[in-house]
Amino acid sequence: MIFSLVGYYSLILGLIIGLSLFYFSYKNFNNSNILDTKILSFTFLQLLFVLISFLCLIFSFIFSDFSNETVFNNSHTTKPLFYKISGTWGNHEGSLLLWLLVLTLFIFLFLVKTKNQPIKYKILTLVFQQIIIVGFFLFLIKTSNPFNYIFPIPSEGLGLNPILQDPALAIHPPILYLGYVGSSIIFSSVLAATSLKIISTSWASHIKKWILISWIFLTIGILLGSIWAYYELGWGGFWFWDPVENVSLMPWLALTTLLHCILVLEKKSILTSWVIILSIATFTLSMCGTFLVRSGILNSVHTFANDPERGLFILVFLFILILLSILIFFFFHKDNDRKSYNFFWLSKETSILINNWFMMYFLSVVLIGTIYPIFLDVISSQKISVGPPFYHKLMIPFLIPFLFMMAIGPKLKWIKSQLEDKIYLISFLIISIILAFLVLKNFNQNILINTILISSALYLFFITMRDFFVKKYKNISQNIAHFGFSLLILSILFNNLFASEIITNLKVGETFENSKTKIVFESVDQKTEQNYNAIIANFSISNSNGEEDRFSPELRIYNQPVIATSEADIKTTLMTDKFIVINLVQNQDFFNVRYQVKPFMLWIWLSVILISFGGIVSFLKKRS
Amino acid sequence: MKNKILPFSVIIIFGIIFFIFYKGLEDSKIYTPDFYTNKEIPEFNTKEFFSGENMKSSSIFDLDKIYLLNIWSSWCVPCRQEHPFLMSLNTDNKVNIIGMNYKDNLKSGKKFLKELGNPYKEIFIDLDGTIAIEWGAYGVPESFLIYNNEIIKKYIGPLNQQSIDEINLLIK
Repeated sequence: MIFSLVGYYSLILGLIIGLSLFYFSYKNFNNSNILDTKILSFTFLQLLFVLISFLCLIFSFIFSDFSNETVFNNSHTTKPLFYKISGTWGNHEGSLLLWLLVLTLFIFLFLVKTKNQPIKYKILTLVFQQIIIVGFFLFLIKTSNPFNYIFPIPSEGLGLNPILQDPALAIHPPILYLGYVGSSIIFSSVLAATSLKIISTSWASHIKKWILISWIFLTIGILLGSIWAYYELGWGGFWFWDPVENVSLMPWLALTTLLHCILVLEKKSILTSWVIILSIATFTLSMCGTFLVRSGILNSVHTFANDPERGLFILVFLFILILLSILIFFFFHKDNDRKSYNFFWLSKETSILINNWFMMYFLSVVLIGTIYPIFLDVISSQKISVGPPFYHKLMIPFLIPFLFMMAIGPKLKWIKSQLEDKIYLISFLIISIILAFLVLKNFNQNILINTILISSALYLFFITMRDFFVKKYKNISQNIAHFGFSLLILSILFNNLFASEIITNLKVGETFENSKTKIVFESVDQKTEQNYNAIIANFSISNSNGEEDRFSPELRIYNQPVIATSEADIKTTLMTDKFIVINLVQNQDFFNVRYQVKPFMLWIWLSVILISFGGIVSFLKKRS
Repeated sequence: MKNKILPFSVIIIFGIIFFIFYKGLEDSKIYTPDFYTNKEIPEFNTKEFFSGENMKSSSIFDLDKIYLLNIWSSWCVPCRQEHPFLMSLNTDNKVNIIGMNYKDNLKSGKKFLKELGNPYKEIFIDLDGTIAIEWGAYGVPESFLIYNNEIIKKYIGPLNQQSIDEINLLIK
């Protein structure tokens, strides 16, 4: 009760501070020799109030205060403490409060950490960030107040959706939000810098750190979501091209492109338009993602409660921000790239530019695949569903030149260069093609395209691998990230090509056998836990080499709310994952058994970790 | 002049996107999967149930005739329920009932028909369930009413008296 009260009024105070900051900024802007200490302390106060509000919500969850509507809807007294806490952001209201927390945290850190930049720029960044913050305050208080009362007070809550009760998912939203919302600071500062016309190499190296932070968190956040989907949803895959996954991939693509552009800008003071548009696009796409997920305009596993009022608010807010940024871009930005600079065709910046276009292509494929169904539905009332084949067919062929550019691009010098060491570049190419062909020799489908694809990924793999051992080559972070990317593509390809699956119906005691695998369904046990009851099926599975594994997948029936889920049993080894999941066939004593062998599963996760590690290295690197 | 056209067109494009999202919000999003009606039937190769001979889908379905494709299996309890309705439908003889034996053991399938009677004009087997997927089936039992190689109507779950009446009405 007291928590809801404190939390709610903290939010109101935070909003008032946000509004008063506009006034202080205006006053300080005209007299900007030093940054007004009021601005800094008020920003801190705002952060503090949002933090108090957030902690209040967490405490309401911990103490199961069911007078709070959010807690009532999403928690239950029998939940383990860990999931009570993670339930705080496992719902619409709480996760928006988390958004707000990250927004205020970032602007505070930005003001504290930014040195050697004009005061006016700092103030203006604050103003743009406050526009976003105030917008979210209003959204939260008006349409999704996390501290609504219920009277009479219910004695028990409705419970947290069991598929959200997973360790990876408990930390997935905060990490992802740090990436999503972190891009807001890039957005604000790029608008400020454009208005003041101070986009330069020094600005680039200052904003690069912020881009890297967002990028690292976004990468890890997506990875955690993917791990969760693989282990929890029991579909046996890690990426489903679900609209909400796409919505996180789009800002990532834009942010990755931005990261490369900012490197060019830092060195050569070109590609400014790219940087501005991509910064705007990254945050806009994050917001667009929020809109798509929260408005219920999409159908997806992630869809939150359907509320058109919320959708309308975010939509209007989103387009105000877009309009604002378009106006600033066209009004203040004068593109002088072309006059002062000619691209030489064989140079690092050209190769980055080419790959930017590829990234934009991938981005537009994902964008079209995600929102075209909505457009079609509105315009012609036709319902279509865009699935993996669409994305695969449109993306995979273009990965080939993309990978080659990734391999060769970093070898080139800025401005103008000659390819050196041609011999090893070509010999690696030949080795890659031969290796890819040998791997796929016994594989009769699409051998041509797969060979080229795998050889291009292998090529990048070998080249980046070699660079680890060449001393004169010093860009270690880029090398780690590119190496991770080649590993990622290779793992995904091998995972797709060499996976095998058995689907069958079995009773207890029955055996399924084919030439390679023997599945024995040995017994069924029962188990009772605090928040669920489970049926555990015991399998022993042996392959043709005589290796035997024991599996115990579960069917869980959660008590609050009553939902049945299938828990897959996954045996992860370095090279392959064995994955078994069971389902009850309705009114039958059969179980539907799905057994999959998936090679290189672990390497998918490892390679993404490696990619983000590249970002971390770059972030920690001291400027020389 | 050129400098002004670009901002305006960008704003107009975003205006259109805004409008479409706005309209999209108004629609209800309770989604029902499209029933695969008025859709050409898929082509497939399979084996005959009794003889085990290879057969093609084109040899099963003729134009100008009405077919009821029924997906069944001996392990499926609701199939047992709907079986008498299929038998009764068969006696009128206006519709050719085709059976798709789904992920079944042939021996127990034959026992099933011996026990309950065989309403099917022809039966083919779908051992691994892939043909059923091509038809867009959700599970067993499921029935498709077919005319001129097009699916007219789809019944998910066991047939009952109501659906039999409807089929009789449709094939008149």
